[in-house]
Amino acid sequence: MEKVVEIRDLFKSFGDNHVLRGVDLDLYKGENLVVLGKSGTGKSVLIKIMVGLLPIDSGDITIFGQSIKGLKLGALNKLRLRIGFAFQHSALYDSMTVRENMEFPLTRNVKGLTRKEIDYRIDRLLNSVGLPQTANQMPSELSGGQKKRIGVARTLVLEPEIMLYDEPTAGLDPITCMEINHLINQVREEFNTSSIVITHDLTCAKVTGDRMAVLLDGQFGAVGTFDEVFHAEADPRIKSFYDYNFIQ
Amino acid sequence: MGQMPATKGPVISKKIDRFFIGLASAFLFVKRFFQEVWKPPYEFKEIARQCYEIGYRSLPLISLTGFIVGVVFTNQSRPSLSEFGATSWLPALISIAIIRAMGPLVTALIAAGKVGSSIGAEIGSMKVTEQIDAMEVSAINPFKYLVVTRTLAATFMIPVLVMYTDFVALMGAFLNVNANEMVSLSTFFVQVFEAVSFLDIFSSILKSLVFGFTIGIVGCYKGYNSSKGTEGVGKAANAAVVMAMFLIFIEELLALQIVNAIRAL
Ligand SMILES: Nc1ncnc2c1ncn2[C@@H]1O[C@H](COP(=O)(O)OP(=O)(O)O)[C@@H](O)[C@H]1O
Ligand SMILES: [Mg+2]
Repeated sequence: MEKVVEIRDLFKSFGDNHVLRGVDLDLYKGENLVVLGKSGTGKSVLIKIMVGLLPIDSGDITIFGQSIKGLKLGALNKLRLRIGFAFQHSALYDSMTVRENMEFPLTRNVKGLTRKEIDYRIDRLLNSVGLPQTANQMPSELSGGQKKRIGVARTLVLEPEIMLYDEPTAGLDPITCMEINHLINQVREEFNTSSIVITHDLTCAKVTGDRMAVLLDGQFGAVGTFDEVFHAEADPRIKSFYDYNFIQ
Repeated sequence: MGQMPATKGPVISKKIDRFFIGLASAFLFVKRFFQEVWKPPYEFKEIARQCYEIGYRSLPLISLTGFIVGVVFTNQSRPSLSEFGATSWLPALISIAIIRAMGPLVTALIAAGKVGSSIGAEIGSMKVTEQIDAMEVSAINPFKYLVVTRTLAATFMIPVLVMYTDFVALMGAFLNVNANEMVSLSTFFVQVFEAVSFLDIFSSILKSLVFGFTIGIVGCYKGYNSSKGTEGVGKAANAAVVMAMFLIFIEELLALQIVNAIRAL
């Protein structure tokens, strides 16, 4: 299968805080890869490095066959347009309406679109995420789950090939969680994306993920299907993860 | 001589380190502004929106303060002048004081409070809620869109507001002079303009541009570098006001020295 992302021996520290210590990971075309890990293990740091929000200390990441190390801003921006990043707290621009939030990245990166084409794209995406009625609302008027959906819709406006979801279900009620899980699967079907879904919610992992990767102490402790990762003889740290989620 | 506690040295050197690291990062921020301001896209729409915001936000307070400064200053200056029977010099005295010093300073300090804090808080909260990261990952330059536009808007708008403050303060002064010395509006303004030189007006505008730039860039810098959490946003807003006011006073002193030197030529 074709690899779209290859992470090799990646290290990242903040001062004495050694967050990533030799991370290896592959993302294959068309798959949903779930990254599990406790709070503060560096899940967000990992995907922020992928889009150049944080620099690499050592090791390398190759995306679409191109190393992101030492990439010039122009080339990095080209790559960024092929990657959608759905932020944990949605990061909607709070001085803009939902429509303007989606128009902003679109009109700045795709030149020569007519008003009609812009509206068509935005309305189609708002329908896709099930929120056509919110177009003229401000982000402050939306619920947590609606914000997440609009956040996803906004990243889809540039038709990315890779989607990175940072804790898409964190802080939502179980029903809304399930809706977001289905949205993640629907996005893959509709837009043919390959995705990394970061979560510590095993239901989300099970519903959305083809493969799981568990981040333990700065490295991936186990990578495989849900059953391969969570089996009886698994590392106690992984098992405790499983027990904790399902006792809850 | 007492022995220094062992920890004292490193603590002080850490503080000194932090001071110079802060200075360097502020310098780089200003440098980045001057690099990016020339590059397209110029974001005229956003600049215009920011100009409107800045003017709209500070207008009520500036109107009130300017007027009161005019009235009070005139009132307080009268006794000293009347001792020499020189109350006819009031318009000239007031005009020089307001145009050279009080107009720019009062406007800049009020704008530092209103505009500087709101820029600091707005950009700080965008930083904390990852809106700035969101721009970056969609290949939009947030420095250009947020920092350059706000700094330019403040730089353009403060001189405009200063002229407005000068006018309002002079009107306040006129009302007071008119009531006490029965001077007409035209006589008052003839005296006002006779008293000020081209250098006064030119330096006042130049100084206001510098004040405006200071308010904008300091607000953006503090917001852009605000720490995580809602507490960070409040701190950023507060630090923006304190730092901007401090710099405005320093700039005022420098401007005074420069203008006096030019006048002595
Ligand atoms: N920009 C940063 N500067 C310093 N430390 C950071 C930064 N970003 C993350 N960290 C630290 O890296 C560690 C991992 O953070 P993060 O990736 O956000 O965890 P999570 O797995 O919960 O997403 C944490 O200890 C955090 O404090
Ligand atoms: Mg995180």
